Amino acid sequence: MSCSNDQPDMNRREFLGKSVVAATAAVVAPGVMLTVANAASDEGASSAVRWGLLIDTNKCADGCSACVDACNKENGIDLMQRPTGQSDEMWNAQRPQWVRKVKLRDKQTGEISNLPMMCQHCEHPPCVDVCPTGASFKRADGIVMVDRHTCIGCRYCMMACPYKARSFIHQDVAEQLTGTPRGKGCVESCNLCAGRIDAGHSTTACQDACNKDGHQAILFGDLKNPDSAIAKALKAESSHQIRADLELNTGVRYTNI
Amino acid sequence: MIKTQYRELYCSSPRYWGGLASLAFIILVGLGAAFHMEHNGHFVTGMSNQIVWGLPHVFAIFLIVAASGALNVASIGSVFGGPMYKPLGRFSGLLAIGLLAGGLVVLLLDLGRPDRLIVAMTTYNFKSIFAWNIILYTGFFTIVGLYLWTMMDRKFEQYKRPVGFAAFFWRIALTTGTGSIFGFLVAREAYDAAIMAPMFIIMSFSYGLAFFIITLISAYWWAGRTIGDLRLAKLKNLLGVFVGAVLYFALVYHLTNLYVTQHHGVERFILLDGGVYTNMFWIGQVLIGGIIPLFLLYSPAFTTSRFAIMVASLLVLIGGFFQVYVIVIGGQAYPMNLFPGKEVLTSSFFDGVVASYTPTIAEALLGIAGIAVSMTLVAIGSRMLRVLPESLEDPADGECI
Repeated sequence: MSCSNDQPDMNRREFLGKSVVAATAAVVAPGVMLTVANAASDEGASSAVRWGLLIDTNKCADGCSACVDACNKENGIDLMQRPTGQSDEMWNAQRPQWVRKVKLRDKQTGEISNLPMMCQHCEHPPCVDVCPTGASFKRADGIVMVDRHTCIGCRYCMMACPYKARSFIHQDVAEQLTGTPRGKGCVESCNLCAGRIDAGHSTTACQDACNKDGHQAILFGDLKNPDSAIAKALKAESSHQIRADLELNTGVRYTNI
Repeated sequence: MIKTQYRELYCSSPRYWGGLASLAFIILVGLGAAFHMEHNGHFVTGMSNQIVWGLPHVFAIFLIVAASGALNVASIGSVFGGPMYKPLGRFSGLLAIGLLAGGLVVLLLDLGRPDRLIVAMTTYNFKSIFAWNIILYTGFFTIVGLYLWTMMDRKFEQYKRPVGFAAFFWRIALTTGTGSIFGFLVAREAYDAAIMAPMFIIMSFSYGLAFFIITLISAYWWAGRTIGDLRLAKLKNLLGVFVGAVLYFALVYHLTNLYVTQHHGVERFILLDGGVYTNMFWIGQVLIGGIIPLFLLYSPAFTTSRFAIMVASLLVLIGGFFQVYVIVIGGQAYPMNLFPGKEVLTSSFFDGVVASYTPTIAEALLGIAGIAVSMTLVAIGSRMLRVLPESLEDPADGECI
């Protein structure tokens, strides 16, 4: 008995085969797409580089605050308003300071040195170790920063940081820059101008300002690239890590200290 | 042996509701203070980028440490088999839960972003001792809750011992975690010491028991029930041992630091010329929290004086509060030594100078509200549950040893 119907003339084996191929493609394709997308975003923070700073304290001028001012402008810190009635001392203790100038005198020799202090971008950052939510993190390229979406404002990272490099936002933020989101109740610190670097710049705001003033005390670059200016300078002269005893392998190094 | 009868804590309505209303008022004021700090930001507090943890943390840590210690009485009863402590087990569990809840409320409301509690509960960095503590705290509620259940429900009595053991080990882990919050801070000279963990454990024994004695005597006074002298004497003698042990640990901690040249500065600061912190250490921690309570607890003149026991317990708590204050605030106030061998001439960020901290009233009100939260939970719990024996009269001869 012949049977005619409107079903496509499809071999059962062929049908199964095609279904398996289609299903496999449906499962694998998004994964491939994701991997491709990820590969593209990896270019922003690659572990092939490690960003760092070299600071020549001999060139850091007494009384100069060009780097601090530039940092404040670059990251919208200068947009912060002092709350009414707040004393100078409390304002200095509570306002964010990503970079600060420190003047030192050697207790034995009396030698004076000036230097900027900021987040030292440790290879083994204590702030990242202690952060309960993982908001404090280290990028593949060595930049240590805070994810302000997951920071709960517990300030444990500030307790743990050996360099006092972190600031808590103590007040409402009226104005801010899109490149540097800021929120009351979260912690922040120097991120080596991550936004600029990701956009393809090769210098930080502090370095530009220092160079502009003719001091050239700050050098930014890739510590892993042996041909970079910073790697060559580090190879040529002896440099120090602050609190080297903690063996955090800082990304910020100092000469002549 | 006489069977212990437990009964809900009944007392005259005006006395109970009046007490609860006062506690509720304190909590409301504290919530107002927390709102004030959160709404304006922490600039309205004395805290800063120099002193990042302030008075609320002192209250919170004090209560959390005391919470795990308050469970000791139950542990002695069911883990170590002390018959005199057995009838007190249920109340001990309730107090432990109450104190921990009070401490955590303060800790939470002092966060920069308390609204992100859900982030803290769902996103963990397991290398952080703080993240471990979040698990330890929630686990403590669960285990002590189960422990209370096994103590109160005859059907589950056979699980009392294993759950009691679990609770005991959990509480040791919890206080180890709390102490390690400071012990693991390598950067600051006052911390970075493994002894912090066992020291916090012994502090918890002492504060927890002092809280227990005060709340127990108050509850029995509130409800017009009686406590036997012998039982109180046992608690009192145990408190004395713990107070002595806290002093011993403080001594070892400071002696160790004094041996290390690098730490001479911070020791000099705490022990000699730290101003308010030195006073708090010697007068608050050592004298008020140690020597005077020891005298009150062991002097033959006060053998059966309940007033002396109450005062001694209260002083242990006051001294303990000072001790936590010196650890938390004093440890931060002393400057970190970023540049050994150098003197800081100028810095806009207070490098090399002692950080100043003046707590504000709002911070204190939030902390006090934490204690009120604990006491409210204990008051409601004792009223709703059968945690307190009808009578704690001393048993007849031979039953109690």
